[in-house]
Amino acid sequence: MTNIEQYHISKAPYYKAQADEVDLYQAAYDERLPVMLKGPTGCGKSRFVEYMAWKLNKPLITMACNEDMTASDLVGRYLLDANGTRWLDGPLTTAARIGAICYLDEIVEARQDTTVVIHPLTDHRRSLPLDKKGELVVAHPDFQLVISYNPGYQSLMKDLKQSTKQRFSALIFDYPTAELEAEIIAKETDSSLDIAKKLVKIGETARNLKGHGLDEGISTRLLVYAARLIKRGIAPIAACRMSLVNPITDDVDIRSTLNHAITAVFA
Amino acid sequence: MNDTDLSNYRRQLTCNFKEIDSVFADCLKGAETLLSPSGIKDYLEGASLICMIGRGVEPVLVYLEEMPEVAKRLGEPILSLVSQTVWKISRSPNGNSIPSFLQTLAEVSRRLASLELLNNYCALILEFMDRTSTSIHHNQSATISSPSLGDLLKRMPGLLQELSWQGLRNWIEYGLAHYLHHPERQRDYFMLQSADSRAMLQRERHGTLYADHERQLDLCMRALWDREEHFLPYSDAFDQLRKPMPYFDDRGIRVPDVYDDRDGVKGIDRYRALISHVAAHKRWSGTIIADNYSPFQRVAIELFEDSRVEYLAMQQYPGLRTLWLALHPVPDQDACDPEKESCIRHRLAMFSYAILNPNHPYTEPNLLEFVQRFHEIMVQPTHSTADVAALAISYIARTRRQADLAAKVYFTDTEIDYRDDNRHLWRYIEDGDEEELFEEKRKPEQTQDTDRLPPRHYHEWDYQGQMYRPDWVSLYESLHPSTSPELIDKLLLKHQALAKRLKQLLDLLKPQHYVRVRYQEEGSDLDLDVAIRSLIDLKSGVQPDPRINMSHRHDGRDIAVMLLLDLSESVNQIPAGCEQSILQFSQEAVALLAWAIECVGDEFAIAGFSSNTRHEVRYQHIKGYSEIWDDRVKSRLSAMQAGYSTRMGAAIRHAGHYLKSRKAEKKLLLILTDGEPHDIDEADPRLLIEDAHKAVQELDRQGIYTFCVNLDPDADTYVQDVFGKQYTVIDRVERLPQKLPELFVALTR
Repeated sequence: MTNIEQYHISKAPYYKAQADEVDLYQAAYDERLPVMLKGPTGCGKSRFVEYMAWKLNKPLITMACNEDMTASDLVGRYLLDANGTRWLDGPLTTAARIGAICYLDEIVEARQDTTVVIHPLTDHRRSLPLDKKGELVVAHPDFQLVISYNPGYQSLMKDLKQSTKQRFSALIFDYPTAELEAEIIAKETDSSLDIAKKLVKIGETARNLKGHGLDEGISTRLLVYAARLIKRGIAPIAACRMSLVNPITDDVDIRSTLNHAITAVFA
Repeated sequence: MNDTDLSNYRRQLTCNFKEIDSVFADCLKGAETLLSPSGIKDYLEGASLICMIGRGVEPVLVYLEEMPEVAKRLGEPILSLVSQTVWKISRSPNGNSIPSFLQTLAEVSRRLASLELLNNYCALILEFMDRTSTSIHHNQSATISSPSLGDLLKRMPGLLQELSWQGLRNWIEYGLAHYLHHPERQRDYFMLQSADSRAMLQRERHGTLYADHERQLDLCMRALWDREEHFLPYSDAFDQLRKPMPYFDDRGIRVPDVYDDRDGVKGIDRYRALISHVAAHKRWSGTIIADNYSPFQRVAIELFEDSRVEYLAMQQYPGLRTLWLALHPVPDQDACDPEKESCIRHRLAMFSYAILNPNHPYTEPNLLEFVQRFHEIMVQPTHSTADVAALAISYIARTRRQADLAAKVYFTDTEIDYRDDNRHLWRYIEDGDEEELFEEKRKPEQTQDTDRLPPRHYHEWDYQGQMYRPDWVSLYESLHPSTSPELIDKLLLKHQALAKRLKQLLDLLKPQHYVRVRYQEEGSDLDLDVAIRSLIDLKSGVQPDPRINMSHRHDGRDIAVMLLLDLSESVNQIPAGCEQSILQFSQEAVALLAWAIECVGDEFAIAGFSSNTRHEVRYQHIKGYSEIWDDRVKSRLSAMQAGYSTRMGAAIRHAGHYLKSRKAEKKLLLILTDGEPHDIDEADPRLLIEDAHKAVQELDRQGIYTFCVNLDPDADTYVQDVFGKQYTVIDRVERLPQKLPELFVALTR
């Protein structure tokens, strides 16, 4: 039997609401509507789901999607053992059985033909047919499906089918406003608000460059990394280079521009 | 030095011009303080040698006057080096350049600053002289003087100011390589009159070139200020009278084309200081009506406004203070005498420095009061250009001095060169008489030749100089004319049998999106059939097959193809033993290929090219990626005509630029040609071959695979040099219609 306890979140995750997303999610959960979270990388989507699972006191099963993922990775597959074959539930099936919140992170990374298996769980049927096993799993009343994706990828290949999109209610996330973001960084890393504000300023400069050589701006997550390094006693400029500039670009011009922005902010 | 010494020295100088006597004593006095006794001996021997060349007294006088100082700076061996060089020049028909050589030597030695470099310099001048002096019959020593040596020498100090030694060499080398046999243009080049020469000079200048850092400046503007601005570089290399300043208007921000490092600030950071200042103006400055203010008041308002916007910018980016401070002059409080000269600039520069640097050294009470008042304005929640304008005017009124109107203006340490000239601040109600009109009204651009796109310029590789000739080739792109499409349909009908065979091949190529891969040890799914068989094997004691999984694989095809056709004159030839011209065979082959690619569904474009000197490379568009294989395309293909030459490099680059913007995973450039790259304005047969090779390498770096189909039976001598191993030679042209599609299939399978 599956150990449900391992999926429970015991400690309250820190999450600072940007708007009314907590109430909206709560309502969607009450109606068991599937939810889609859109937003750039590192803006707090996964943290939000974690926070909501903790708030609702429900188990959370997270799947990071990737291109090699197949339907059987989600649903389950037969394995061999000494006596013959044995069926092993995939995470989606497990979640449907135990009534967990199933969170498929970066769903567009999975191929479109894989993502269709979630369809029966997301409409009125709320069931998952396991055709290979000949079983119809009816979802637990507490089960809810949450997916997230980043619409920033300007690629035709990385998009959801209309038929998938139209099964979800959606919340749009973005990087928090400057003040809020500074507060988040300060709280998350326990550093001074002044440092946090400067980091946010650097974050803004990089977000201005999105689409001009940068696919994504500097995420809140990276800003938190920088604040942590600074907290460890690293000089701010070195910490910013290491955590904000070097990871996101190989472009010499952009690197030099961001380095200039860092020196302009941390005089 | 007494008279005996002097007459001794005079005897050592074997030269009888009377003019020498009047200056000899002074020259020797100078020489004695600067040179050692042996140096003086060399000096006088050198002068004697120069006297002997028979060019009159002028060179001797210049030598006597200039050399002691030069020798002091670079060492005494220079004396004989120079006199020997002069001697050599005098042995050629270029004797009239000797005074220029000697005259500029002092300045040149100051720039080059080492004996070794001056040695190289003399060698360079002699080499230049040898190469540019010509003779009529080429079988004797030169008889005609160099057309450009004198001009080059006259310009040398200026050139060395702009160029590094290496840059100078490159610039001269370029001029010699291209204009050696054209005296008029050679002269233009070395007098800096031709556009080519200026462009080349720009490229070789030292410092941080705008052209190399354009993108960084764009990015900086966008990152720090979230603005998209257009930059227009100007050059201060040629304007000696008025030094241009940065400014901005509706058309963009004018920035210098090059910044040298200064005061420990890198060139790129000087650009950043400038654009941050301009961006701050753009964000916070308003406009003021100029008519009511006197010129002094305007200067003050401009400066106060500069300080205001910088103050605001520094609130956001404190680091800019360090950058600006490093570039800001530090006027000394007591440097300017207010009784004798106009100190207005000095006072304002001190104010500006005091705002920028809170720890300024100034004690003047008026200045301190106004700095205080400035800060009081700045802490208010809202303030505008008008607020500081009022402050500026009262500052000017308070500190006014009689001498402010004096003609002599104190300029030292008052120029803040990273700031723009603030013309954007002013709005004029009436046309003033004291203001210059900077911009003439532009005439509307003439619209002619609307069916032709403006030319695109491509560089060309010069393998001898190992450098690109900038913007060398002009390429005109146009739509290929068209006739009726029937011809192509007929051709396709003719090759119906071939088409059927091709069709089978093509079906194999068609993408099958989802393929199951069986017999895998690791896979996404259990292959039940195999698994059960293995299980049975296991139970019956046989070694089971462990490959019991299966997985899936995408088998997509994502190729963009560009077919580039050589439409030069030679294509019109009818090869031996055939009834059709190469052009007609090509038409058939291209028609079949286009049909075949359409069947497979790959992205596909066709273009033809020919050239008539570097000024006119024609790139004719036959099928674009977005067009389908329909009658319009067929009618263009059937109208295909050939003429002129084959300048391949530019065409390859242009085709590459189209392919580059395709999103496909694999990109293929197919070139169908019948000969080597050549053009009538290029005498060196290797040059265009090397250029085409370079173009292929460029494309390779962009992930574009280039493949050449060559119809020239003698192609083996050059085709490898251009395309490496990526080519095929088709000896029998009549087989082309069959070969070309097959080749495509083989290449893309």
